[in-house]
Amino acid sequence: MPTAEDVKARIEASIPGATAEVQSPDNVHFNARVVAEAFDGLSRIEQHRLVYAAFEGELGGAIHALQLKTETP
Amino acid sequence: MSEQASNPIRDAIQQAIDENPVILFMKGTPEQPMCGFSARTAGALQSLGAPFAAVDILPDPRIRQELSALSNWPTIPQLFVNGELVGGCDIVTEMYETGELAQVLGVEQTGSEPVETQAVGPRPMGIENRLN
Repeated sequence: MPTAEDVKARIEASIPGATAEVQSPDNVHFNARVVAEAFDGLSRIEQHRLVYAAFEGELGGAIHALQLKTETP
Repeated sequence: MSEQASNPIRDAIQQAIDENPVILFMKGTPEQPMCGFSARTAGALQSLGAPFAAVDILPDPRIRQELSALSNWPTIPQLFVNGELVGGCDIVTEMYETGELAQVLGVEQTGSEPVETQAVGPRPMGIENRLN
C-alpha cells in the first residue's frame, strides 16, 4: 500500500517544481495540497487532472480517494 | 457488430449529460449516498436548492468505466453543468465555499447556512435501465 510519502514523491516527480503536502490516516485515503507553477493558467479541472496523471489507474483502486487542493505559488 | 461502433452505456451516459442541465454521477442516491464524497457533493447541491438529476453508478460497474473514459476523470462523484464537467467532490466543495457553485448553477446563495432541501429535489435516474 502506498504511504503518504510515496504519494508525495509521485506527485512531485510527475509535476516539475511541484511541492506536495500529503496526509493519510490509513494509506488508502489521502489528502494532498499541491503547489505548482505548472498550474498557472489552468482551470481547476485541468490542475487536478495533472495531479491525477501521476497515478494512472490507481485512483479508485489502491488509492481509494485523493482529496486534493491545488494552488499556484 | 463491432464493439467500437456500438457502446450503449456510453451513449446513454452522454444522452443523460446532454438532457440534464445539472447532473451528478454518484455512489448511491442523494437520499441514500453510499460514499462520503458523494454525500458531500450532493449536499452542496441540495443546500443551494438547485434542481439536479442524479445517477447512481453502483448498479453496474460499466457505468463508472464508461463515464471516466468519457470525462477523462478517474473518480466519483462527477458533476456536469450544461454538458461540461465541473469537477468532483473537492472542486465542488471549494466552489460551494467561494460562491462560484451558486453562480455556475444560476441560483442565489443565502449565507453559509445550509438551507432546507426543496421539493424540486433530485430525480434519481437509472442508466442501466436504458440498456434493455
